[in-house]
Amino acid sequence: MIELANPTRFMALSERLMPWLWAVAALTCAIGLFLAFRAPADYQQGQTVLIMYIHVPAAWLSMMCYSIIAISSVGTLVWRHPLADVSAKAAAPIGAAFTFLALVTGSLWGKPMWGTWWVWDARLTSVLILFLMYLGLIALWRAFDDPSRAARPVAILALVGFVNVPIIKFSVDWWNTLHQPASVFRLDGPTIDNAMLWPLLAMGIGYTLLFFALHVAAMRNEIMRRRVRAMRVKAAGALVAAE
Amino acid sequence: MISHLGFIVAAYSVTAAVLLGLVVWVIADGRTQKAALAELDRRGVRRSAAPR
Repeated sequence: MIELANPTRFMALSERLMPWLWAVAALTCAIGLFLAFRAPADYQQGQTVLIMYIHVPAAWLSMMCYSIIAISSVGTLVWRHPLADVSAKAAAPIGAAFTFLALVTGSLWGKPMWGTWWVWDARLTSVLILFLMYLGLIALWRAFDDPSRAARPVAILALVGFVNVPIIKFSVDWWNTLHQPASVFRLDGPTIDNAMLWPLLAMGIGYTLLFFALHVAAMRNEIMRRRVRAMRVKAAGALVAAE
Repeated sequence: MISHLGFIVAAYSVTAAVLLGLVVWVIADGRTQKAALAELDRRGVRRSAAPR
């Protein structure tokens, strides 16, 4: 783990890992889709339940990704490790994309099932706030020319915003919402039938593997971007010194 | 006839577009950064911490 926490070592190991990660993610998503389209229709929703297999994993990933940003932010603030900031910065646009998917597919599921595209209930509103938090983090990173100067303020903002993640998770228990309560991750076990649970879990694993493939690739890009920046600054400095 | 087919197709289409967009974006960004590093290397600029 300590060996990995070095950008050069990380680049070497991740280069070997990436093709396998892409392949396993694609295969798992394909298996998940195959199982989803073979699963029985819901007795009330009919085939519209197919939206569940892409909406629910996107919602899981939206929260998992922000949790990874929060953990990375602790690494930035406590140990000031450069890879922690790289991890957080690389995860933000991916998390924003999964949150956008959760909102859009939820809306497309809500209209035929609830009769409305949107309601300002606790679950939907807290997920919208999560999406705005992602955009805020991305905007704050972009406000600084030097990524090392952006690391601490962004980490503080990310940790403050993390309070929203448990609110999203428990919003359906704490408040009276149109959104249904949790049916998979419950203390008394899933309430969803196995015929639908297994395809949903397969899609969840596929999305998670896809997220890690995207995250590692984006981290590699961010490390290279910072190397390019450092080398350009060095080249410009050498030019000034020569004049 | 599948009920609400339009909603299902729209949800899967948006998901495919966004996820494929993410994959294309990280691959294209990676190529851009590799090209920039190669260009700097060609000009003789070396990182201070680069392995020798």
